[in-house]
Amino acid sequence: MKKQEKKQVKELESLGLKLVQDIEKGRNPTMEFTLRSLSNIVFDERTKTLSLGKKQQQRSFFNVGHAKKFMQTLEVAKVSKNLIDVQKHASLRDVFYMAKRTIPNSNTNIVDEQAESDNAIEDLELITDCSREQMHINANKMGSVAGNVVVEDAGDSINWSKLGSGGWSIPSNVEDIEFKSVKAKYVIYMEKQAVWERLHEDKFWEKQNCLIVTSQGQTTRGIRRLLQRLNDEHDLPIYVLADFDPWGFYIYSVLKFGSINLAHMSETMTLQNARFLGITADDVTNYDLKKHFIKLKDVDYTRLKQMADYDWFAKHKAWQRQFKMMKDFGAKLEIQALSSKGITFISEKYLPDKIKKGEFLE
Amino acid sequence: MPPQEQKTEAKEPIAYELAKKQKEISVAEFFTKNRHLLGFDNKRKALLMAVKEAVDNSLDACEEARVLPEISIEMIQMSEFKYKIIIEDNGPGIVKKQIPNIFAKLLYGSKFHTLKQARGQQGIGISAAVLYSQLTTGKPVKITSRVSKKEPAHYFELGIDTQNNKPVIAKEEIAEWPREHGTKVELDLEAEYIKGSQSVDEYLKQTAVINPHVTLIYTNPKSEQVIYARATDKLPEQAHEIKPHPYGIELGMLMDKLRWTESRTLQSFLSAEFSRVGPGTAKEICSNAALLPNTKPSQVSRDMAEKLLHGIQNTKIIAPPTDCLSPIGKELMEKGLRKEIKAEFYCTASRAPSVYRGNPFIIEAACAYGGEIPKEEKVNILRFANRVPLLYQEGACAMTKSIMETNWKPYGLQQSGDSVPFGPVVIVVHMASVWVPFTSESKEAIANYAEITKEIKLALQECGRQLGAYVRKKTKISDQLERANMFESYIPEVADSLAALTGEKKEKILNGLQKMLVKPEIKQEITEEEDSDDKLYRMEFVKPQQENPENQ
Repeated sequence: MKKQEKKQVKELESLGLKLVQDIEKGRNPTMEFTLRSLSNIVFDERTKTLSLGKKQQQRSFFNVGHAKKFMQTLEVAKVSKNLIDVQKHASLRDVFYMAKRTIPNSNTNIVDEQAESDNAIEDLELITDCSREQMHINANKMGSVAGNVVVEDAGDSINWSKLGSGGWSIPSNVEDIEFKSVKAKYVIYMEKQAVWERLHEDKFWEKQNCLIVTSQGQTTRGIRRLLQRLNDEHDLPIYVLADFDPWGFYIYSVLKFGSINLAHMSETMTLQNARFLGITADDVTNYDLKKHFIKLKDVDYTRLKQMADYDWFAKHKAWQRQFKMMKDFGAKLEIQALSSKGITFISEKYLPDKIKKGEFLE
Repeated sequence: MPPQEQKTEAKEPIAYELAKKQKEISVAEFFTKNRHLLGFDNKRKALLMAVKEAVDNSLDACEEARVLPEISIEMIQMSEFKYKIIIEDNGPGIVKKQIPNIFAKLLYGSKFHTLKQARGQQGIGISAAVLYSQLTTGKPVKITSRVSKKEPAHYFELGIDTQNNKPVIAKEEIAEWPREHGTKVELDLEAEYIKGSQSVDEYLKQTAVINPHVTLIYTNPKSEQVIYARATDKLPEQAHEIKPHPYGIELGMLMDKLRWTESRTLQSFLSAEFSRVGPGTAKEICSNAALLPNTKPSQVSRDMAEKLLHGIQNTKIIAPPTDCLSPIGKELMEKGLRKEIKAEFYCTASRAPSVYRGNPFIIEAACAYGGEIPKEEKVNILRFANRVPLLYQEGACAMTKSIMETNWKPYGLQQSGDSVPFGPVVIVVHMASVWVPFTSESKEAIANYAEITKEIKLALQECGRQLGAYVRKKTKISDQLERANMFESYIPEVADSLAALTGEKKEKILNGLQKMLVKPEIKQEITEEEDSDDKLYRMEFVKPQQENPENQ
């Protein structure tokens, strides 16, 4: 058992012992940890990241509102300890199914949806001060990378430029990967798998001497950590390419400032110098893309308003301008709309021009 | 067509020709062609109407004679669509001379000319059933009636001369009859027997609900017998006859009264013919109408009558007396409901008398909740007018309308907009009045008078509040039980996890937690109102319809 794992087991044990003590003394068994909600999210102006404030929350068993979550938290703690004991890893989905069962003599399940076990796991990270990966719980591999990089992972040497059309699929835990050689000037991270495939087919990374990374939609922890390591350890600038819509903006926001859900892990996740390459409102006019507009729905407007009000965007004039223009357009746009200019327009014209001219938002 | 016109002009005017065909139409003939107006529109309904008219008459007669009603109803299927119904009561009986008129002459009765709370109003009912029987089977109605043990029972076989609206006596004799007094009606008719919400079965059951002093012995065409036994020996208060209240009078009726009155002056006419009008009020009416109090009623012209009516509207007259009404009362309503509907909770409301168009009326309402009443269906509405169930035209009735316009959500029922609520409830509404304003002669729905709907809603709200209190209490108790169960079922899971984490014995942790269940502060947690959960989660936004990869 590794040192890290020993710490994790010890943390889980001490949580259990504290609660057993509560019970022995006739106290309502209670766990205490930092409050994980928007009201306790602090935006640190200096580090430009989201982190948790000082507010604490208590979770007691004999509390109508807490009882179920209390039970769920202990359930995943038990699962985690088991995983470490037997030296196996499980995915979030696995953990959900391990916990999903009906409590005897009732019609209640311990968890009904994966969101419940996921939340319990995130709480456990706070309680034990260990990351999910350290608890042997991983997310599914969802992302791909390609470029001139050689790494060593679990004893295998892998060259990211020689993995065919699929590229290398990024594992959920990248802590133990060792970079052997990195030959690139920058990284482009894109929201859309399809766009990644386009660029990969056009050998964009080879022509531009860069790395291309994608995941589906929201960026997974593994990818965020990988991007951070490339940025920290190899000084590669990170460019983000996302849809022109509030959700695309938010992908950038999460990468750069951290997410509300994972504010407790900001340090190891955020990319303080990530740059938003596009699609911007200016691209819409410069490249004459208005005919591909999709009307904003009510949820989009609400989300846009929330984004504009976030501390980390509130004082940012360039971003406020983007939000306002989107609102004025009343419309959003997908990255793929660029294909209307020709299939290779994005790789041969749009991206090289933008990077050359330094047209991005920070 | 000019040629034809010329031809007619040559003869005497066409009107003379037409006049030969113009003659009086007898009521009986009229109803022969318009039987739907009396409710005999189809075979199923005809069976119900015939039973209903006979039973209503029996009940009215018994109550008037202060006899506890005991009525037997028997239906026999003669062929596919031919039925015989036999209804026998222990009422006062009918004197020999009146039997033919009552059963075989339309619009003959004692109730039309009086203002008094009674089941029958117009004197059409039973004779209409006889008319229908004659139309569909050609057979006479058979009546046996006896008024006392000192007199013999009389037996009649009767038909109706439809052209002249007169009884035709087919047979008349003295009969042997074991009863001391009472009446028996035997009627053949074209009909169809069904079960369900608009059946004879339902009508009799509801009659038993709203008349807890009545015993009904019912034998259906399948020879199954049901006995609805009385729940009380108390007869309803005798309803008194009253004179009309001036506010309810219309011009034509006023002119009729003026023509036929024996009073010599307008002032005495007013105080003699109307309730709540003494000489003083009468004088005031006259002065408000700008008419002399000593005007002869027979000399009052149409214009003057109109002035008089106007004078009445402009005079303050106290509301009509309400002792003429005989409500069921909260206690007896509950008894009636209890014996026929198996529920877990009953509540009732009885409003003070009120007046529409000069007619006094009382609204009573009751609810039965839970028990054997179906849960997920629309509430069952039982409508009654002067103790008679109303089974048809639910949608057109002021009672249904009032139920729909009442907000039942605060009372623990489900309801979408202005519609009939859902839930395990039977709602009873009863209107007692000297004159119930039906929307048609078949007496199926109550007309929408603002005064009436207002009273109905107030009564419903009164019931609703009691119902709501009960439903809330019930949910609270079941919530508490659920919470106690929740903790109990979670304890083994928590103990198991803690044992796995710490290596402690599961039994020990289990016992520790179970002991805590009875601690006062934890008991309080179970009984307290549920507070909203900590809103910790779900702050993260995910693109709609796209799964967050973190969650996979």
